[in-house]
Amino acid sequence: MVRYIGKRFVISLITIWILATLTFFLIRLLPGDPFTSEKITPEIKANMMKYYGLDKPLPVQYATYMGNLLKGDMGYSLRYKNREVNNIIADAFPASADLGLRSLVFSVILGLILGIVAALNHNKFWDYACMVIAVIGVSVPSFVVGSLIQYLFGIKWKLLPVAQWKSFAHTIMPTFALGLGTLALIARLMRTSMLEVVGQDYIKTAKAKGLSPAQVTIKHQIRNAILPVVTVLGPLVASLLTGTFVIEQIFAIPGLGRHYVVSIQNLDYTMVMGLTIFFGAFLVLMNFLVDIAYGLVDPRIRVGK
Amino acid sequence: MEREKILEVKDLHVSFDTYAGEVKAVRGVSFYLNKAEAIAIVGESGCGKSVTAQSIMKLIPMPPGRIKSGNIIFNGVDITKFSDKKMEAIRGSEMGMIFQDPMTSLNPTMVVGKQIAEGLIKHQHLSKKEAMTRAVEMLKLVGIPNPDKRAGQYPHEFSGGMRQRAMIAIALACNPKLLIADEPTTALDVTIQAQILDLMKELKSKLDTSIILITHDLGVVADMAERIIVMYAGKVVESGSVEDIFYDPQHPYTWGLLKSVPRLDAENKEQLVPITGTPPDLFAPPKGCAFAARCKYSMEICYEEQPCDMEYNKDHFAACWLGHPDAPKVERPIKGRGVK
Ligand SMILES: Nc1ncnc2c1ncn2[C@@H]1O[C@H](COP(=O)(O)OP(=O)(O)O)[C@@H](O)[C@H]1O
Ligand code: SF4
Ligand SMILES: [Mg+2]
Repeated sequence: MVRYIGKRFVISLITIWILATLTFFLIRLLPGDPFTSEKITPEIKANMMKYYGLDKPLPVQYATYMGNLLKGDMGYSLRYKNREVNNIIADAFPASADLGLRSLVFSVILGLILGIVAALNHNKFWDYACMVIAVIGVSVPSFVVGSLIQYLFGIKWKLLPVAQWKSFAHTIMPTFALGLGTLALIARLMRTSMLEVVGQDYIKTAKAKGLSPAQVTIKHQIRNAILPVVTVLGPLVASLLTGTFVIEQIFAIPGLGRHYVVSIQNLDYTMVMGLTIFFGAFLVLMNFLVDIAYGLVDPRIRVGK
Repeated sequence: MEREKILEVKDLHVSFDTYAGEVKAVRGVSFYLNKAEAIAIVGESGCGKSVTAQSIMKLIPMPPGRIKSGNIIFNGVDITKFSDKKMEAIRGSEMGMIFQDPMTSLNPTMVVGKQIAEGLIKHQHLSKKEAMTRAVEMLKLVGIPNPDKRAGQYPHEFSGGMRQRAMIAIALACNPKLLIADEPTTALDVTIQAQILDLMKELKSKLDTSIILITHDLGVVADMAERIIVMYAGKVVESGSVEDIFYDPQHPYTWGLLKSVPRLDAENKEQLVPITGTPPDLFAPPKGCAFAARCKYSMEICYEEQPCDMEYNKDHFAACWLGHPDAPKVERPIKGRGVK
């Protein structure tokens, strides 16, 4: 187990290093520089480039950045003057993570229930009803859902606060809008998986023991059907928790989402690097946690054995 | 003295309603099983053996499956129309079943001991702890070494033969009167096959269980079953004692089956010949004998009319027109008691 974790850790570090390196050079391929949009004289600009070390040859910049990164220092934002990248992320991440976690809980629980209900009523009304919801959830983009419910519940009927991130009531619409797609995905996956498991021989064995349909479903079917759902959870968790531009924008949530977009628009090199590394590391960590969770639900691939 | 019957299947018809039409999988099957007796149902794959077996336990998926007509009398009670609840009470406690592939018939996410214990908790109302103790005893009974440790392991930690032993433990945990083994050895290595059959024989005498052994391999039934039911295209074409079927078979399909399996007796070192052709379409079974298209001896009447059961002795029947007094005598390809 220790060896397994160690191996995974090394692979993760290499992955993140490759990701950081690629981003470092690719972002510099984009035309322009961080200070293009500012109305400054060429002299001041040259000074600023020098101040941030951007005048040095690329390999030197790369070496400096990596050296600092090893110390956990991701430098200063080129845009928000005097603010550390670390600091900006630490400020914005909690709101994103909060929203993401709520969406995750909402979409996983409801998605599983919907998938199970659909499969248990295969080819009957509830199956079709659940799958219509799922298709809508997958195909309608979250900004449409977000704007629509914001208009209906917030503006027209005034049932919920229109925007911002304060009380529980504030969280309802963003959570729903962000989670709907995931909910639909999980519902469809769970339904397919349930239907596949129900045809397995061990379900027949369970029935042959005289177990009731409820016992067969709960103890034998759901437990096995959940396995494929767990595998997709890693990337899902990472993308939900690290913020989304659209939803945070619509509901004016002070999360990480907008930094992804703004930092690229501004060619805020250090910020782009910081976000990429943060997201990459988070993704790797989530996948690792999910692998461990997978081992808990599927004894066949329990790690370390 | 007449032996008591544990099971009687009378004129059973089972169909599946599919998009392509009605699959008439079982078309009038009748047979019986005495208490503490073992019989074998043999026939090529697809001839309706599993459907027959699963109909007895009402394990066929309904829909698309449905028992169209006929009766299943178990332990003196007609269970054909039993509700799901009533069937649940019988399944596992009065009748148990073992399936073909031990690799897939155990739940991969539940420890083996618990899978055995489940039935005991349900039917004998044991506590979890008592049931686990019983489960360990069962594992010991089916010859699994270290049963204490094994009970806490998952199926993937068992070999194929071990898993089939565990399946037997599950099926027999509540000491059922009837055990249906649907090709229990087909998926196993030859050496393991023999071990599993030996185990079943041993348990049969120890526990007095009646057994229906389903197989497409006549070779494995000889020293296990007392009688053999030969099925073809959803019907019983011949039935009789092992003696009758091996040494005095009457149906050309049985002849074909016998010629296609290696026989253990030394005199019969003949070449193995598979039966040519394929079974008929069960969507629209032929009007006459279902075997006619593949039968060397087919006559005009075979295509016109279903042969009825001809009796050869009180337990030996075959549904073939050759048994009719007016039929021509044919040279049989199998050496038996009748022809030298
Ligand atoms: N669920 C099902 N739907 C449709 N047809 C089925 C189903 N189960 C079995 N059948 C058909 O019933 C026939 C008999 O199958 P089966 O009893 O499994 O044969 P075997 O003798 O090999 O055990 C086959 O032709 C098969 O196609
Ligand atoms: S009834 Fe006719 S076709 Fe059928 S097995 Fe007998 S001889 Fe062959
Ligand atoms: Mg079968």
